Amino acid sequence: MSNVNHVMSTAITSDVFRRLGKNNAAVVIEDVVKRFGEVQALNGFSAEIQYGRLTGLVGPDGAGKTTLMRIMTGLLVPNSGRVTLAGFDVVDDNEAIHIVSGYMPQRFGLYEDLSVMENMRLYAQLRGMDADQHGDIFDSLLDFTRLGPFTKRLAGKLSGGMKQKLGLACALMAKPKVLLLDEPSVGVDPVSRQDLWRMVQELTDDGMAVVWSTAYLDEAERCQSVLLLNEGKLEFNGPPQELTDQIKERSYRLEQVGTERRAVLSKALNLASVGDGVIQGDAVRVVLREDANTREIKALADDVGASLTLVQPRFEDAFIDLLGGGPGGTSALAERIDAVELGSDVAVSCRNLTKRFGDFTATDDVSFEVQKGEIFGLLGPNGAGKSTTFKMLCGLLKPTEGEAQVVGHDLRYATGSAKSQLGYMAQKFSLYGLLSVQQNLEFSAGVYGLEGDIKRQRIDEMINTFDLSQYLSTSPDSLPLGYKQRLALACALMHRPPVLFLDEPTSGVDPITRREFWTHINGLARKGVTIMVTTHFMDEAEYCDRVAMMYRARLIALDTPDALKQGAVNEKHPDPTMEDAFIHLVESAQLDDEARRDAKAAV
Amino acid sequence: MRRFLNLFVNARLSAQIVKELLSILRDPRSRIIVFVPPLMQLLIFTFATTLEVRNADIAVYDRDAGHWSHELVARIDAADFVNEIHTVHSPEALRDLIDRRAVIAALNIGPEFSRDIAAGKVGTVQVIVDGRRSNAGQITVGYLNTIAAGVSAAIQRDTVHANPVAVRHWFNPNLIYRWFVVPALSGILVFFSALMITSLSISRERELGTFDQLLVSPTTTFEIIVAKTMPALAIGLVLGLMMIVAAAFVFRVPFEGSFWLLMPSLLLFILSVVGIGLMISSVSATQQQAILGAFAIGVPAVLMSGFATPVENMPTLLQWLAEAIPLKHFLVIVEGTFLKAMPASDIIANTWPLVIIALVTLSMAVVFVRSRLE
Repeated sequence: MSNVNHVMSTAITSDVFRRLGKNNAAVVIEDVVKRFGEVQALNGFSAEIQYGRLTGLVGPDGAGKTTLMRIMTGLLVPNSGRVTLAGFDVVDDNEAIHIVSGYMPQRFGLYEDLSVMENMRLYAQLRGMDADQHGDIFDSLLDFTRLGPFTKRLAGKLSGGMKQKLGLACALMAKPKVLLLDEPSVGVDPVSRQDLWRMVQELTDDGMAVVWSTAYLDEAERCQSVLLLNEGKLEFNGPPQELTDQIKERSYRLEQVGTERRAVLSKALNLASVGDGVIQGDAVRVVLREDANTREIKALADDVGASLTLVQPRFEDAFIDLLGGGPGGTSALAERIDAVELGSDVAVSCRNLTKRFGDFTATDDVSFEVQKGEIFGLLGPNGAGKSTTFKMLCGLLKPTEGEAQVVGHDLRYATGSAKSQLGYMAQKFSLYGLLSVQQNLEFSAGVYGLEGDIKRQRIDEMINTFDLSQYLSTSPDSLPLGYKQRLALACALMHRPPVLFLDEPTSGVDPITRREFWTHINGLARKGVTIMVTTHFMDEAEYCDRVAMMYRARLIALDTPDALKQGAVNEKHPDPTMEDAFIHLVESAQLDDEARRDAKAAV
Repeated sequence: MRRFLNLFVNARLSAQIVKELLSILRDPRSRIIVFVPPLMQLLIFTFATTLEVRNADIAVYDRDAGHWSHELVARIDAADFVNEIHTVHSPEALRDLIDRRAVIAALNIGPEFSRDIAAGKVGTVQVIVDGRRSNAGQITVGYLNTIAAGVSAAIQRDTVHANPVAVRHWFNPNLIYRWFVVPALSGILVFFSALMITSLSISRERELGTFDQLLVSPTTTFEIIVAKTMPALAIGLVLGLMMIVAAAFVFRVPFEGSFWLLMPSLLLFILSVVGIGLMISSVSATQQQAILGAFAIGVPAVLMSGFATPVENMPTLLQWLAEAIPLKHFLVIVEGTFLKAMPASDIIANTWPLVIIALVTLSMAVVFVRSRLE
């Protein structure tokens, strides 16, 4: 309704009349309920999605986004209620839905062994189009997605961003009226993400309804309208600004907190008046609870000698507030750990680290040193060489040139005791799905040589800290993602390693669980545990003491988050985010590359 | 169980052994998949894998219709392996029955047959065999020859005193095919079970990413390989034992040899198969590759093991190759133990190759796992 009012109150153009006359909403959701056994995936809500605008379907993992998506595309039948898409009922007119809608699932069904062009031809044929007759559509889609130079490349060899673009091209093949994108930006680097946004913008400008489901809350802010889901319920429906306005003048930043920022965050989060807080480089950003005053936070600011400034609220602030605030600031896990003593101040180091696979260079001459107790972030687009570098540091890959050391050992040749210095949490939380949660814990403890009482004690400690007792006999595969992450962290920390490697630790995890995770990590860092982390959440890079940015196998920048952001300041971005800084660095690296190539050509 | 293992091994290794056993045996469905199909296969293949000719149909084109041709046909008709005699009256009808595979062999008895015999000459019968079924055909010819020899003996009894040659088959006097097939099948089925379990074990962890987790832990490659041999070893031993018991008590195959020599041989046999499986798994990046690898090695290994065709009949080069197949050695041991009380010296002569195969393949698996770190 708010939408119609909004339209009526602005200039009533003939266009609007035409649309209202045709009735107008791209998707109408009425009291839709969906259950999977015991689980209530959708709790019975109604909403409308309009043509010509980008609607964000936002919510944490398991909120019901994908279920709603699949109902809208006619792949699932709701238990009750009805959904119409472009005027067709998704159940009764199922056939028509496939014609008027384009759907891009989370992992788009690309055939990895087919080339870009072959994939596109296949999808055209599946849509009943004669692939030879539609060269112009292919050309425009390739142009639109900038995939033109890569038509012969196998889909399996594309980067995450390019895969999504190809998926988008395939979904757009039959010019749908409604385009449904399920988490299109997962695993996509910021540069490709910008490309996706640009493309979607053009589509909505042409009048298409685009639904973009996402767990990234910063993406919600860029949508014209948002459906915010949580646990199957519709928490908010409207322009994102409307929600952020609700928490006006409650977001503050404690600036110049200095080296004690993690302690300050922990203290702030433990204040009754603070609902949520994150680290932003040298500053701590907090959101006060509803009706709370600034007395406590002011006292804290004075106490640590920081200045307190009011800042613009973000969608994420509002979301966390809506869910009743984030976790407290004390990590029960870190509390139990003794301060780490290391022989040297350097925990991790690498010199001239290079890895070539055939004629492809994955990591090119990377050197850095990580101090004890530091949180060190490795950032970069997909395929930039983060994981390769990470694996060489852990001793999982043999460097072609150069060397890597963790607490003074080259882990490829290290003894068992040297390897115990390292905790490792692999991408996608590699847990044994065939074993129960309890058995996973037992295995991790055992494989790190823990025995007897100490083993019992550590396992119980982890079960209590991470609240795993209800899931002990379930398989990790059927755990909610947040709990999976907790279990993976528990397994990696069982032997209390002084150095912790985290490969994309928060990928796909909802913001509240991410905050809880960072509370633990911050606590561990304060105890002197060195943390190495790769992440594609740009705002998470803010938690790092220093960030190494990788691009095309090279280290293009290595500095504190604040310094990196400072370097990206220009008229367009007076107060750049980490994402702006990243894009700025990548762009200048590209310019450098071009300049070098030109110089070579000139010689 | 866990406490028992702890006596022998360190915490890292025992944790991994428990993990490996649980990965296969925790889920009730996979427990069934591990044990039930091999036992079913033993039951089915025992009846399916037979080289004996039974229920054969034979055509007879009898142009003689004399005393001796009647005698011959009557004896064939009475034989166990014959299902039905088709009497035909023209060469075309005979050809047609063979063409349609209605009969496996046809007898063409000439008009002079009985007369020739009565005249003291040699009576000849033409036997036409379906060459498309060469093996069964040859066996049928063998049976027919025996019957013809019987007829000929009867003729000679009427005339001269006969001096028949008696053939005696040692170890299996009645040539009961099952006595040979069941012990061999127990080896083959254990071979495939152990090969499958192990070839999937590393590749599955690679696919799930847990293998990296294992490699960064303080455990050694050697411990990883040792842990991964355990489930296949345990399951293979139990399966093998069940099949040997079934062979002896269900299929009534005589068990002449020493059980206490057979068991260590079985263990070494499984260990050598486990080595091959882990070698395949350590070079495979995905489970799909591992399954294809296991089949690429497993099927030729069975065919060259001497189960279907004697190893001695193969070209020399392949005979050498067959020495590297654990099944080849184990079949000698298991057949020998069941049917002829093979002495310890002969068993040892066939177990030391298993030891070498196991040592080589398991070391290769360790080396391959290490070299995948490149």
